[in-house]
Amino acid sequence: MQIVQLLIYLILFPLIAAVFLLFAKKGFERGWIVKLSALGIGAVSLWLLVAGFDKGLITYSVSGRIFDLAMLIIELVIAAYLLWLGLRHKKYSVVILVLIQAALLIWFEASFGHTIVELPNNLFFDQFSIIMALIIGIIGSLICVYALGYMETYHEHHKDIADRRGMFFFVLFVFLSAMFGLVFSNNLMWILFFWEITTFCSFILIGYSQTEEATNNAFLALAMNMLGGVAFVAALIYIATLDPSGRLLELGALLSSGYAIAIVPAVLICFAGLTKAAQMPFSSWLVGAMVAPTPVSALLHSSTMVKAGVYIIVRFAPVLSGTTEGMMIAMVGGVTFLLTSCMAISQSNAKKVLAYSTIANLGLIVACAGVGTYNLMWVAILLIIFHAIAKSLLFLCVGTVEHRIGSRDIEDMGGLIERMPKLAIMMFIGMAGMFLAPFGMIISKWAAIEAFIQAPFGLIFIIILAFGGSATLFFWSKWMGKIISVMRHQENVEHSIRQEKWVVLWILTGLVVIVALIFPLISSALIEPFIMQIYGHTTRLSEANITIMLLMMGLLIIMPFSMLFQSKTPKIAPPYMGGMTTVGDMKYIGSAGVSRNLVLSNYYLRNYFGEERLFMPGTLACWGLILIAFIMVAGVIL
Amino acid sequence: MIPEPWTPFVNAIIYLLLAPVVGGLVAGIDRKVTARMQGRVGPPLLQPFYDVGKLFEKENLVVTTTQNFYVLSYLVFMAVSGALFFSGGDMLLVIFAFTLSHIFLVLGAYASYSPYSHVGAERELIQIIAYEPMIIITAVGMYMVTKSFYVGTIVQSPIPIVLYLPGVFIGYLIVLTIKLRKSPFDLSTSHHAHQELVKGVTTDFAGPNLGKLEIAHWYEYVFLLGVVYLFFAWNPILAIAAIIIAYFLEILIDNTTSRVKWQMTLRSAWLVAGTLGIINLGVLYYLRMVVVP
Amino acid sequence: MTYLAKSPWIVHYDGSSCNGCDIEVLAALTPIYDVERFGIVNTGNPKHADIFLVTGSVNEKNREIVKNTYDQMPEPKVVVAIGICAATGGIFRECYNVMGGIDKVIPVDVYVPGCAARPESIIDGVVQALGILEAKRKAMNENPGAAKKPAGDAR
Repeated sequence: MQIVQLLIYLILFPLIAAVFLLFAKKGFERGWIVKLSALGIGAVSLWLLVAGFDKGLITYSVSGRIFDLAMLIIELVIAAYLLWLGLRHKKYSVVILVLIQAALLIWFEASFGHTIVELPNNLFFDQFSIIMALIIGIIGSLICVYALGYMETYHEHHKDIADRRGMFFFVLFVFLSAMFGLVFSNNLMWILFFWEITTFCSFILIGYSQTEEATNNAFLALAMNMLGGVAFVAALIYIATLDPSGRLLELGALLSSGYAIAIVPAVLICFAGLTKAAQMPFSSWLVGAMVAPTPVSALLHSSTMVKAGVYIIVRFAPVLSGTTEGMMIAMVGGVTFLLTSCMAISQSNAKKVLAYSTIANLGLIVACAGVGTYNLMWVAILLIIFHAIAKSLLFLCVGTVEHRIGSRDIEDMGGLIERMPKLAIMMFIGMAGMFLAPFGMIISKWAAIEAFIQAPFGLIFIIILAFGGSATLFFWSKWMGKIISVMRHQENVEHSIRQEKWVVLWILTGLVVIVALIFPLISSALIEPFIMQIYGHTTRLSEANITIMLLMMGLLIIMPFSMLFQSKTPKIAPPYMGGMTTVGDMKYIGSAGVSRNLVLSNYYLRNYFGEERLFMPGTLACWGLILIAFIMVAGVIL
Repeated sequence: MIPEPWTPFVNAIIYLLLAPVVGGLVAGIDRKVTARMQGRVGPPLLQPFYDVGKLFEKENLVVTTTQNFYVLSYLVFMAVSGALFFSGGDMLLVIFAFTLSHIFLVLGAYASYSPYSHVGAERELIQIIAYEPMIIITAVGMYMVTKSFYVGTIVQSPIPIVLYLPGVFIGYLIVLTIKLRKSPFDLSTSHHAHQELVKGVTTDFAGPNLGKLEIAHWYEYVFLLGVVYLFFAWNPILAIAAIIIAYFLEILIDNTTSRVKWQMTLRSAWLVAGTLGIINLGVLYYLRMVVVP
Repeated sequence: MTYLAKSPWIVHYDGSSCNGCDIEVLAALTPIYDVERFGIVNTGNPKHADIFLVTGSVNEKNREIVKNTYDQMPEPKVVVAIGICAATGGIFRECYNVMGGIDKVIPVDVYVPGCAARPESIIDGVVQALGILEAKRKAMNENPGAAKKPAGDAR
C-alpha cells in the first residue's frame, strides 16, 4: 500500500466514522463505532510509522481543484453559521471577525482564484508529521474511547444538560480528521481550512453544556482563534500578491524561499499559532475552555489542537532562526512560560492548574521554536511528545476523580491514595512525567538549557527556565503531596470505574514510562533524521547521560519494591498534633469541648503569584513583543 | 594506578563510602564551633555519629508505612546525585537528581498528614524553589567559563573560575545557607535545639527513618561543599581553604541572625539569583560574545 | 555502652504547675549547664525523643495529652517526673481537677524531687534515666514483645 493512501485514509476515515456517529442513536452502537474506529485510526497511525519512518520527506500530488472549492464552500457555510450564532448571542467581536475573515477569503478567491495554478503537491509527510500523527492517532483515539464512559457518567451527574452525545462524538471525530489534515497538508490553503475546522470544533465542544459560562467561554475562544485565522488569511494574501501563480502557497516552497519572502507570512502564521497555542495575550481562552467536558480538555486543549499552534511555529522555525522577529515570538513564549508557571501555583482548581501548565509548556515549545536553532528544534519536538502523553493522562485522571469525589478542587483530593489507590498512582506517574527526573519533561528541560546556552541571546531563556522551572516544581509537588497524604478511615471508591476507562488510563500511564525509556530510540529514528534534513546537522543527548537516566529510571521502578521488605507488623502512631489526640477520623476536641476536623490546606501564595498580579503585566509585555514583531514585518513589506 | 575508564566509578564508590564519614564530621565540627560561639563546651566531635547510631537502635515508629519508601528514596537519590557529581557527571543531571531526592523528602512529610509535617513540607518546597534558580545559574555560569557541564572537565580546568563568577559565587553561598538549614533561612527544619515548628518536615519520622534522613544530610553536605570546591578547582589547597572559610561563615551567619519568614527567604533568594547571578552571567556573556568573539 | 546513652534526646511537657520546674528544666539547657555536652538535645517532638520529662501534675484536661505524647515516642523510652507535682500532685493534689502525679497515666521511671527541682538534680535524674534506658533497650532486643506494653498500666 502506498503511503499516500494511508494519509488519505487517516484524513477521511474519522470523517466517515463521524457521520455514522451522528446517526447512531443507541449507546451500544455508538460504543462499538467509537472503539472500532479508534482501533482503526490507532493501528493505521502505527502502520504509517512502520511504513514511513525511514522515508524522509515525501510529497504527493492529489488533484486539488475540487477540494479547494469544497473547502471554500464549507468555510463560508461555517462563517454564515457563526455569524448567525454571534448575532443571536450578541457577540459582536465574533461577528466582526467572521465578517473580516469571510471578506478577506472572498477577496482572495476573487483576485487570485484564476491566477493560482493547481499546486502539484498538496499532501506531504516527513518524520515530524509521523510524530504528530501518532499523537493524534493514538492519544486522540484513546481519549475518544475514554470519552464514551465519561460522557455517560457526565450526563448522569448533570441531568440539566441536554444529552447531545451524537453531536459530541461527531465533532470529536471531525476534529481528528481535521488534525490529520492539518499535519499532512502541504498546501497552506488546506492548512488554513483544517485550522479553521479545529477552531470551530473547539468552539462547539467548549460550549457543549450550553450554560451561560460555557457559551461565553466558547465565544472567547472563538474570537481569539479567529484573530489568528484573520492573520493566517492575511499571510495567504501576502504570499499570493508576491507570486500570483500561488506556487509559494506550498509550505515546502515557502520555507525554502528565504528570509526576505518568507518572514512576513511566517510572522503572520506564527501569530495565528500563538493564538491557537493560547500564548500570553490570548491565554485566557484556554483557561476558560476548562468548562468543557474533560475528554475535550484532554484532546483539544492539551494534547492535540493547541499542539497545532506550536506545530506550525516549529515548521517555520528555520525561517525564524536568527531573526529579530523570531526572537520576539520566542520571548512571547518565554514570558508565557514564566508567568503561567507562576500563576499555576495560585490555583486550586485541578483543571485550571493543568490548563496553566499546558500554556506554560506550549510557551516553552514556542520559545524553542522561535529561537529555532537545530538543537532547540529537537527539544521542541521532544516536548511536544512528552507533554501530549503526560498531560492527557493527567486530564483523564482528574476527570475520573471528579466524577467519583464530586469535585475538581485539589484541596478535596487529600488522601486520594487511600480512596482511589490505582488512580492516585497513575496521577503520581503523570505528574512525575511533568517535572521529575528522569521522566520526559525534565529531559527536555535539560536539553533546552544545553541548547539555549549555545543560541544567540539564549541566556535570557535559561534564566526564564531556571525561575519558571522551579515554579513548576512547586505546584506539582504540592499537588502530589495532597494526593499521597494518608488520612485513615477512608473508603475506597474506585470500583465503579468502567473497564474501558481503566484500559485507556493504563495505556497512557504505560506510555509515560515507556516513552521516557525509549526516547533515545524515538530521537534517532524520527527526530534526528528530520532535523538533519532541515539543518544538515543534528543533536542528541550523550550516551553516558542516557545510560545514567536509564539507571535512574530503573532505580525508581525498583524503589517501590522496598515496601515488600518491610516489617509485616509496623508500629503505627498517629501523626503528631502537639499531643492532641486524633483518633482515626482526624477529629480532635478543641476548646470548650467542640469537636473539630483536622483540615490541612496547601499554600497558594496568591499575593505573590496570583492571576490578578501577574496577568496584566504578562499580557502587556506580550502585546508589546508582538507589536515589535509586526512593526518589523511592516518594515519588510514597505 | 587505577585504569582511566574506571576512575569515575572509583570516585563514585569512594564518595558513597566516605561521604557519610566526612559529612558526619562536618556536622560534628559545626556543633562544636556553634557551641563555642555561644560560650558553651558543646558535644563531642563524634556526637552526630552517636545520634545516628542511637536512632538505628530505636524502633521504627511510622504514621504510614509509605514513609519508609519516601525516606529510603530520599537517601538513595541523594547518594546517587552526589555520586554522579563526584564521578564527574553532568552538572544539570546532578541538579535534577538532587531535586528529585528532595521531592521524596517533601512527599514523606506530606504523607503523614500532620499539621507540623505539612507546614514543614510546604516550607521545604518554598526553600527548593528559592534556591533552585541560583543552583542552575551556578551550573550555567561554570559552563560559560569552562565550556562544559561535566564536573570532570570543570574540575580539571586551569581557569580560576571564581574570578569569572564572583557574583555567582556569593549567590551560591547565600543559597547554601538555605541548603545547610542555617539561620536566617532554616524554615522547614533546623538543627537547633528549639524551634517553632517542632521539627518541620522531619516531625513524623522516628528512629531509623530519622537516622536515614540524617545520613542523607551528610551526603548532601559533602556534595554542596564539593560545588564550592569547583569554584577554586584550579588550586586545590586554596579550594580546601575556601570550603573551610565558607563553612565557617555559614556557622557565623547561623549564630548571629534570627530566622526570617518564608516571604523574605523567597524574595531574598530570588533577588540574589536575579541580580548577582544574572548580572554576573550577563557581563560574562557580553565579554565573551561581543568584546572578544 | 551503646549509642543510646550517648545521645539522649528529651521532650519536655508541663502539666498543671506553677512553671517553676519548667524554668529549671530550661535553665539546664543554658550555657551554664550546657547539657549538650552529654549529647542531650531538647527536641520538642516525642517522635524524636528518648526521654520524656514531665513537670507538673496531671489533670482531667491534660491526661490524654500526656498519654498521647508518651505513645508517640518510639521504644525504648523512659519517663522522668520532675518536681513534687509530677511525682504526687504536690500542692495541687487536692484540686478538684487534678488526678495526681504523672504515674497515674503513664509509667514513670525516675522521680526527681524538689519544689522546684534544681537543675543539678534534673541533670542527675536524666543521667539515672540513661541506665534504665539502656536496660530497656536490652530487654527490647531480647524480647521484642515485652517493651511494647500498652501505656497506662501503672494507673
